[in-house]
Amino acid sequence: MTAQQPVKFYQTGTFTVGNRLLAEDDRNVQANMRRTNSLNSGHRACQGCGEALGARYAIDAAMQATNNQVMAVNATGCLEVFSTPYPETSWQIPWLHSLFGNAAAVASGVAAGLRARGKKDVRVIAQGGDGGTTDIGFGCLSGMFERNDDVLYICYDNEAYMNTGVQRSSATPPAARTATTMAVGPHPGNVFGTGKNLPLIAMAHHIPYVATASVANLRDLEAKVIRAMSMRGARYIHIHVPCPLGWGSAPADTIKVARMAVESGLFPLFEAEHGEVTSRYTLRRPVPVTDYLKLQKRFAHLFGKTPDTETLTSIQAMADRNIRVFGLQGQEAV
Amino acid sequence: MLKQTEGSHAVAEAIALCRPEVICAYPITPQTHIVEGLGEMVKSGELKDCEFINVESEFAALSVAIGSSAAGARSYTATASQGILFMAEAVYNAAGLGLPIVMTIGNRAIGAPINIWNDHSDSMSMRDAGWIQLYAETNQEAVDLHIQAFRLAEELSCPVMVCVDGFILTHAYERIDIPTQEQVDAYLPKFEPVQILDCDEPVSIGAMVGPEAFFEVRYLQHHKQLRALELIPQLAAEFKQQFGRDSGGLVRTYQCEDADTIIVALGSINGTVKDAVDEARANGQRAGVLTICSFRPFPLVEVRAALEKAKRVVVLEKTLAVGLGGVVSDGVRKSLSGIALKGYTVIAGLGGRSITKRSLLNLLKQADRDELEPLSFLDLNWDVVNREIERGKQQRRTGPIAENILRDLHTNAAARTS
Repeated sequence: MTAQQPVKFYQTGTFTVGNRLLAEDDRNVQANMRRTNSLNSGHRACQGCGEALGARYAIDAAMQATNNQVMAVNATGCLEVFSTPYPETSWQIPWLHSLFGNAAAVASGVAAGLRARGKKDVRVIAQGGDGGTTDIGFGCLSGMFERNDDVLYICYDNEAYMNTGVQRSSATPPAARTATTMAVGPHPGNVFGTGKNLPLIAMAHHIPYVATASVANLRDLEAKVIRAMSMRGARYIHIHVPCPLGWGSAPADTIKVARMAVESGLFPLFEAEHGEVTSRYTLRRPVPVTDYLKLQKRFAHLFGKTPDTETLTSIQAMADRNIRVFGLQGQEAV
Repeated sequence: MLKQTEGSHAVAEAIALCRPEVICAYPITPQTHIVEGLGEMVKSGELKDCEFINVESEFAALSVAIGSSAAGARSYTATASQGILFMAEAVYNAAGLGLPIVMTIGNRAIGAPINIWNDHSDSMSMRDAGWIQLYAETNQEAVDLHIQAFRLAEELSCPVMVCVDGFILTHAYERIDIPTQEQVDAYLPKFEPVQILDCDEPVSIGAMVGPEAFFEVRYLQHHKQLRALELIPQLAAEFKQQFGRDSGGLVRTYQCEDADTIIVALGSINGTVKDAVDEARANGQRAGVLTICSFRPFPLVEVRAALEKAKRVVVLEKTLAVGLGGVVSDGVRKSLSGIALKGYTVIAGLGGRSITKRSLLNLLKQADRDELEPLSFLDLNWDVVNREIERGKQQRRTGPIAENILRDLHTNAAARTS
């Protein structure tokens, strides 16, 4: 079950629902004439940037959920750089960038300042990439979680440090080629058995709300943001956002790549409240991980004339494990 | 109201009187008692409309203050030593963003070797970060400087550090006049931010700035400090008018008018230095003291005016700029450009080494005979140093230096008693 859909109206081949089939109130935020364009067009993101897409949907949804009373704190990274080549800024909301590793703490401070000044209706979002979240910003993030500060932290996970030129982060998947996990040697790409699962770590803090989302399922993403904004305290949404530049995928394939990550089981979509999983997106027809990997040049060394079947089998095992552990096995649609 | 109290607690009371709205706390000796005092006041309800946040690091402490200040709340934190190094990135960031945060530094040495006692290495390490730095001579001044600091910070939209010597001041119990709420309210107006996160007027703060504008932004930080050179004496004068005592200002002189030798110092050591000067004068030496309260901005004009008639200046520094000598000396020398007087740098009191009146009197005698080296180290145990240097010449794997020195001291002490 996904976050927002009691009834499913699938369009052929896409698994997404068409707005025109829904009542106006049920349509997605971006289809709304009153959408806020919080992250306005004209920014400097690459073609097919998953992060720009995810951020626009997430922040607009938060705006709709809060009567436009949202301010955001941004970690250093692609989103920060491409959105504010001053004197131009794409942000139509109050927006603050301080440092790479402190977005969660700065957001805690903004929330505290607002609370002290009696501005209870204004809500705070912190956002950053996977490097700013799972690595350098991890201490501040964990502190924000454990204090249950009234902040929604959104991680746009493109699985490496893209802004500095595609270096490995603790969110980089095994076997992926990055500038610091080169596709050379007997075990090319990132090593197995490393990295961290931040949504699970967030859940271990027993915070009110944790969710994963993907730009492949934007209605689900919006619904999760809206759900998060209906709560107070520390909340975390981890959004999988393909990076054509870093992943070596076609810009036009961003949604497809993201969808294959979800449908293969490599990126499970779920929600959790106070440390317990409350919903999951089940896979009706799981696809083999090769359908996901083959779209990306960062995994090209696994294919070619003699495919690296051993590595491919290991990655498939990761997906299978996710399907088992998160209970993603669904039923065929009727 | 006069009361017998601990320096840290008096500072906490002063902060509370300034009506802070967000206080972030992370423990590090010797700053702890300040934030503990404030935490108690918030929790008991004595300090109202204030958020007290226990954070997970100094980096987070200042980051929270950056957020709360940008949200328009009067924000405060305190740290020391390793703490200010751990938050260094945020120290520069707060100044670059122009956020009027006030932070107490309970001055303490920086490791390794780890050491909890007083010197000025911590705040001095951030001297070029764009913060105003005020050094308190007494706990009374520590109280008064914090009240002035919020006013100064908010008028300039520039962060201010109030540096209070660890233990020597923070943990000393003495008679302190704590102002009334009415007095502080009359002196310190409500915080009116020059920039604020506001949904009605959304702005982006902290954008990427390239070569076309970075230089100008950085210059304007310098401009704020130049304005502070005018504002600090004004605020001190106004403070005297309303509170009835001298506190703060750029510099203070003691017996400098006819002095041949002037000692320049920052912070709590000035009390001992003044005692030494009194005694030296009783012995016929013409000595004086120049106390620098505002180290950033550095008051070049006032320092020059105080020193230009002297024959020599001795800069007594609680920081060693390793590989160079003194930090304060640089500014003093700059202020004396074109004036031919003898200048000596004396490094003293590192890691809490006592600076005694006897040593200072001896120093003044040496200075008067111009027997001082340009750079000297007050009460440094040369025997121990030379033995360790010798060990290094004798063998390759000499082991860790700090442990060698301690063993050496212990062995020699044991040898003396047996």
